[in-house]
Amino acid sequence: MLTTTTTDARLYGPGRTVAPEEVTGSQAIIRSLEELGITDVFGIPGGAILPTYDPLMDSSTINHVLVRHEQGGGHAAQGYAMVTGEVGVCFATSGPGATNLVTPLADANMDSVPMVAITGQVNAQVIGTDAFQEADIVGIATPVTKHAFLVTDADDIPQIMAEAFHLASSGRPGPVLVDITKSAQTAKTTFSWPPKLELNGYKPVTRGHAKQVREAAKLIQDSRRPVFYIGGGMIKAEAAEEFRELAETVGAPVVNTLMARGAFPDSHELNVGMPGMHGTVSAVAALQKSDLLITLGARFDDRVTGQLDSFAPEAKVIHADVDPAEISKNRLADVPIVGSLKEIVPELKTAYEDVVAKEGEPDLNAWWRQLSRIRDTYPLGWTPPEDGNIAPQQVIQKIGEAAGPEAVYVAGVGQHQMWAAQFIDYERPRQWLNSGGLGTMGYSVPAAMGAAAGNPGRTVWAIDGDGCFQMTNQELATCAINNIPIKVAVINNSSLGMVRQWQTLFYESRYSNTDLNTALNPDGDEVVRIPDFVKLAESYGCVGLRCEREEDLDDVIAQAMAINDRPVVVDFVVSRDSMVWPMVPAGVSNSDIQVARNMTPDFDEEE
Amino acid sequence: MSAVNQSQGSPAPGAVQRRTLSVLVEDVPGVLSKVSGLFSRRAFNIHSLAVGPSEIEGLSRITVVVDADAELLEQITKQLNKLINVIKIIELAPANSVQRDHLLIKVKADSPTRLQVTQAVDLFRAKIVDVSVDSLTIEATGAPDKLNALLEVLEPYGVREIVRSGTLAISRGSKSMTDRALR
Repeated sequence: MLTTTTTDARLYGPGRTVAPEEVTGSQAIIRSLEELGITDVFGIPGGAILPTYDPLMDSSTINHVLVRHEQGGGHAAQGYAMVTGEVGVCFATSGPGATNLVTPLADANMDSVPMVAITGQVNAQVIGTDAFQEADIVGIATPVTKHAFLVTDADDIPQIMAEAFHLASSGRPGPVLVDITKSAQTAKTTFSWPPKLELNGYKPVTRGHAKQVREAAKLIQDSRRPVFYIGGGMIKAEAAEEFRELAETVGAPVVNTLMARGAFPDSHELNVGMPGMHGTVSAVAALQKSDLLITLGARFDDRVTGQLDSFAPEAKVIHADVDPAEISKNRLADVPIVGSLKEIVPELKTAYEDVVAKEGEPDLNAWWRQLSRIRDTYPLGWTPPEDGNIAPQQVIQKIGEAAGPEAVYVAGVGQHQMWAAQFIDYERPRQWLNSGGLGTMGYSVPAAMGAAAGNPGRTVWAIDGDGCFQMTNQELATCAINNIPIKVAVINNSSLGMVRQWQTLFYESRYSNTDLNTALNPDGDEVVRIPDFVKLAESYGCVGLRCEREEDLDDVIAQAMAINDRPVVVDFVVSRDSMVWPMVPAGVSNSDIQVARNMTPDFDEEE
Repeated sequence: MSAVNQSQGSPAPGAVQRRTLSVLVEDVPGVLSKVSGLFSRRAFNIHSLAVGPSEIEGLSRITVVVDADAELLEQITKQLNKLINVIKIIELAPANSVQRDHLLIKVKADSPTRLQVTQAVDLFRAKIVDVSVDSLTIEATGAPDKLNALLEVLEPYGVREIVRSGTLAISRGSKSMTDRALR
């Protein structure tokens, strides 16, 4: 038998001790959540989870938010986790309840969001018989979670719950599913705390290898065109402060990916922007012309690298990540460092200072001259739409100016997401939430709801599109009823904007199935609002506002900002011809980035 | 960054080669589907996979043979290591391990050919385990190449059925892969 236990595993939660007490499996689930320190759960009951909803009613510490769709519950748990850094929790019943969670689980898996989903399962005796509302959710969810547990014995509940939270929150964070049979929920068992964890196959590395860190420091000192390429891992590791010190010590340019917006302040002079398909020219150039990528908590996603073979062709690579499998997955690392950025970043700073003390500081002036010229020549911007409608970029920029960096911004997926990444200034970690890896349309409203529940004092703006909004807007009911006053900006171009942009650019403007009729008919000459977002908002108990003229923008945003007792939905009717620029077309080298249609800058051109 | 404990005698790092991994896993429901599912969803090619209990109760051993170059093998190993139920992985290089397949084969053999088939079986140190009027069933254990050679020799007589295990492999010498697995 296995005899060893993972003794170095930090048990999630406040660490109280509970003497054995006789309970049901369901009570053991709720008691475990209480001992794990969980205060907020998003979910919706059904047959197979019903036993657990009964003791939930009696818990004085757990607040359950009744969502309208399990996907909303899952994204809410993600939003909650992303703003608090704590594990987000959601409940669902078996079968369809559980399968509705698959999208948020996959989303959290791609973006390394710590969450635990607890699902009811049919009685253990009938598993495999195609029982009512039976689905093999462990089998379905395994490829899209960090781990999935099936619990058939009530006695295992405290241990598995503790293991699930440990797995979700440690190492590279991620989603964990705990599927618990109804028979285990109703069985008698004994509850005590803390349980022993038995995770013999799970030993995340936190401490970076000292020799590798020194090796990295030497490479940095030796580089003349270094760039910090930082990803979402910087935020997950809570290492933004330490990183700022490192960046300022080295004085190298910083690019922060879509997932790392806010990990390094936009206002900082070392920040040259977001890299990737819709990144700034200066950030893309910084990677393409670099001789050393100092990669921290990023994963060389294809949306960042473009065509991999021609990505940063002259650069050596330092790659630090808590997940060893990310290192050399897409781009070979010259200096791999496995560990937590919280430890690696300050160690790298010390090691760099040691090297500099001996060898002197590298001269980065020529590099900065080149990048500053590019940054000054190609700032982000937009051209006013020819159809006279509001520029969507302007709406988003004005919201960012009105709400400021203390607000939280939660985007859906598409053009509005890219504009929100480009035109809002991010100054602090956890200010920006989006579905980066999976690209889940419909993420925004429920994730904003979770973010507002996790950060009750903050203004939370969901920056959504008219397509995305129609996928999950039923959670407005949840927000209205539970006093979660999110603000939703529907950037309404009456179409699936990003798909339409690709049709304009790559499919000869043949607009196959991208008209949504939420503001205008397909010809653009008649007002059609199906649905009417203002009426929809009102029917959900929210305030509905509409803005169709540029001169009203400030006023409407101010009205939305002034409402704090209810959710607000603003229908911003914008031009549908606006496109996201710059753009690196899919599968093309980053060096062929276009600042506008068919306009490619020359990184090397002299003044 | 050596995620695999590569023994001496490994194939050249750049070349795509048949490589054998021995994977120690917790014997829990669903572990085999977790491992095989990982291979399919990451488009890693499995040549063969064999699973059974190990010398420690609660632990199973999976021997998996893949076609990979050194980089891909490292990625496969790292991804396998991320599975919570995977305890340890080692690569078993042919030079430092014993690798065996098990083969059951039913061959046509009537009176004119029976003697020839029997001789071939003897030459390969295989065994006849069932006889009927017009067929012989043969059992053979050996390195994959040897069994392929046996199949080639028997082919002309008419092969009616083949059942073949995946490769099983164990390191040479006195050490066990479970020695330090649970520390």
